[in-house]
Amino acid sequence: MVKKLRAFNFVKGYKITFTIAAVFIAAGLIGLILSIFGVNMFNFDIDFVGGTTMQFEMHQTVTSAISSDVAKITKDTSGIAPSSVTKAGDSGTQVVIRTKELDSETRDKVFAAVKAAYKLPDTDTPIKSDYVSASVGNDLKKSAVVASLLAVLLILVYITIRFEFRSGVAAVCALLHDLLTMLSMYVIFRIPFNMNFIAAALTILGYSINATIVVFDRVRENKKLNPKTPFGDVVNMSIHQTMSRSINTTLTTLFPIVLLLILGVSSIRNFAIPVTVGVICGCFSSVCISGPLWTMMEAKKKA
Amino acid sequence: MKKSVITLVVVLAVLALFVAAALTGLNLGFAKVDSVKDGIVLGLDLVGGSEITYEAQIPDGTSAEAVSTGMESAQAMLRQRLDNLGYTEANVYLSGEKRIVVEIPNVDNPEDAVQKLGTTAVVQFQDADGNVLLDGSDIKSASYKYSAVDETGVAQHHVVLEFTDTGKQKFTDGTKAVASRTDGKNYLSIVMDGNVISSPTVDTKYASTGIDSATAIITLGNQKNAEYAKYLANIISAGQLPFTLSNVKLEAVGASLGERSLDTSLLAGLIGLILVCIFMICMYRVMGVISCVALCIYTAVFAVFLSIFHINLSLPGIAGIILTIGMAVDANVIIYERIKEELRLGKTLRYAIDSGYHNAISAIVDSNITTIIAAVVLWWQGTGTILSFAKTLLIGVILSMIIMLIFTKLLLKTAVGLKITNLKAYCA
Repeated sequence: MVKKLRAFNFVKGYKITFTIAAVFIAAGLIGLILSIFGVNMFNFDIDFVGGTTMQFEMHQTVTSAISSDVAKITKDTSGIAPSSVTKAGDSGTQVVIRTKELDSETRDKVFAAVKAAYKLPDTDTPIKSDYVSASVGNDLKKSAVVASLLAVLLILVYITIRFEFRSGVAAVCALLHDLLTMLSMYVIFRIPFNMNFIAAALTILGYSINATIVVFDRVRENKKLNPKTPFGDVVNMSIHQTMSRSINTTLTTLFPIVLLLILGVSSIRNFAIPVTVGVICGCFSSVCISGPLWTMMEAKKKA
Repeated sequence: MKKSVITLVVVLAVLALFVAAALTGLNLGFAKVDSVKDGIVLGLDLVGGSEITYEAQIPDGTSAEAVSTGMESAQAMLRQRLDNLGYTEANVYLSGEKRIVVEIPNVDNPEDAVQKLGTTAVVQFQDADGNVLLDGSDIKSASYKYSAVDETGVAQHHVVLEFTDTGKQKFTDGTKAVASRTDGKNYLSIVMDGNVISSPTVDTKYASTGIDSATAIITLGNQKNAEYAKYLANIISAGQLPFTLSNVKLEAVGASLGERSLDTSLLAGLIGLILVCIFMICMYRVMGVISCVALCIYTAVFAVFLSIFHINLSLPGIAGIILTIGMAVDANVIIYERIKEELRLGKTLRYAIDSGYHNAISAIVDSNITTIIAAVVLWWQGTGTILSFAKTLLIGVILSMIIMLIFTKLLLKTAVGLKITNLKAYCA
């Protein structure tokens, strides 16, 4: 395996790696395109689309065990896993359940089930049982998109100054690949699409560009040292020379994230899964996509 | 040899200082650093905070459509105010038909936040009889300034209001009317939510012309009012709420990511860091040990800086931290791989270290600068939760670049100075 990898020409073998990339991004890309036509393939969470909030008095201090038990009861009764179950009230004896939209009948059923399970007084009524709007407004979404696009644009300008324009385009393509693969994860595994997606996407934005730059830096250096070597060979050589760095850095970055995945509570896990995927993709795309893509554009220029 | 020992002692002392500062805080007289525990505000998602419910006082006869658009703009305005007041990790959502819920992280004085956020922000210029000359809709923007505004030359905190075109006309007409009064009440009052905040006199010389100006200044006098002037400028420029909000209740809420989210994240971070250290030592031996020391220093310095800037730490912030730690380790990996390459070519240790750093520096600088660009743009353009990511990322990347490039080289040279020169120790 290692030997095969050492002998593999990443530039010439682009058909294999680009096919893998196409498979990775397929689900995310389809989901994104369909969303333009109003077909939703994402599992949008309460902070994006609004939902329901219910608040009950539990007559005892709400521990994390009680929270997860109430979450389970809610899921069993309504069929929808709640977005969050948190404790509230000044002495911490109330639970707040947030779910995607439930009609009032289902909300009553959930309360009845919790009441039965915790033997709450018959006279108790929910403290709150209401519709809530999305907390991520259009302004916030817009500012996230505008900020990211502007960041990518300026990064492109910087890479153009330090390297050249085509390499910048290749780096941005690799970045798009990583983000789309992350989106694929959201589509395939029905990960709740919430504010944490923005955090995960920004993390991968930083990581992916970083990984690509390190490879391109080596290309820049080798090009100067070997001006007569064909560009494709320079790129392939650079990818191999930076390979141990690519693997070691990916491993060290993965340690804390995978541990979050193993140890974290479910909401944290929903953040750790896409980041783990994104980091692995960032490694894959910086090795297998950005370099070959740069070579292709370079060849087009000469042709 | 002697020099190397001194370097080593100094480095360890610096490390100890920062760890101590992070744990207990530091009071240097001229500068006070809170301990990390006090200085870092943990986010709503990790530890919970306060939930404020406001109810809109909707005038009778308002159409359902007007209520719903009004509530949406109230939601957007509250979010803007939260950002302006520094509660970037807050949530705002509508509940039912006329309630707005604001969730903010734990703050010292939630009642104060309730007051500031819920201000309707109705700004009016009135004459002595209470007639409204112009109001918030005539104001284009408001900004805070600290400088001399009159001939006394004494610097004052003030708010500069810029009028819209109609506002400018109204101001000219209004000042003309006030200046030409003959009952001696030649002043106008600037009123904010019913409270007079300033009552400047209009000189009678303007009786025939009025004051023809596109801006007006609200002076607030001495030093004490800096906070208030900033708050006033923010709240006026964010605009007036469509409805009066009354505060229904203020209560504590738990962590939205679950009660155990903070503990488990910290544990994962700690074990992750230990694994990174073990991995680095296995791969790079002495250099790995050095990178671990540098990583510890980095973590402690980073924590102190987060505390100094009072960063609100929530999941996106933690994501930023993980990314910067990844990049800090990456800088080491890039350098050490280059050193190993040089050693494999049979170069001497001293030469390999110098040329390893020299060759690695362009990759490290370029990749860090692109990240800095991203962080700056996100800080500048982002709102809410994006801000905390951008802030931790920017601070982290700059610190890690400095520490990894300067500190590790110093330590590596120290190791060579201490006669650790067996190439096996560098894993050639």
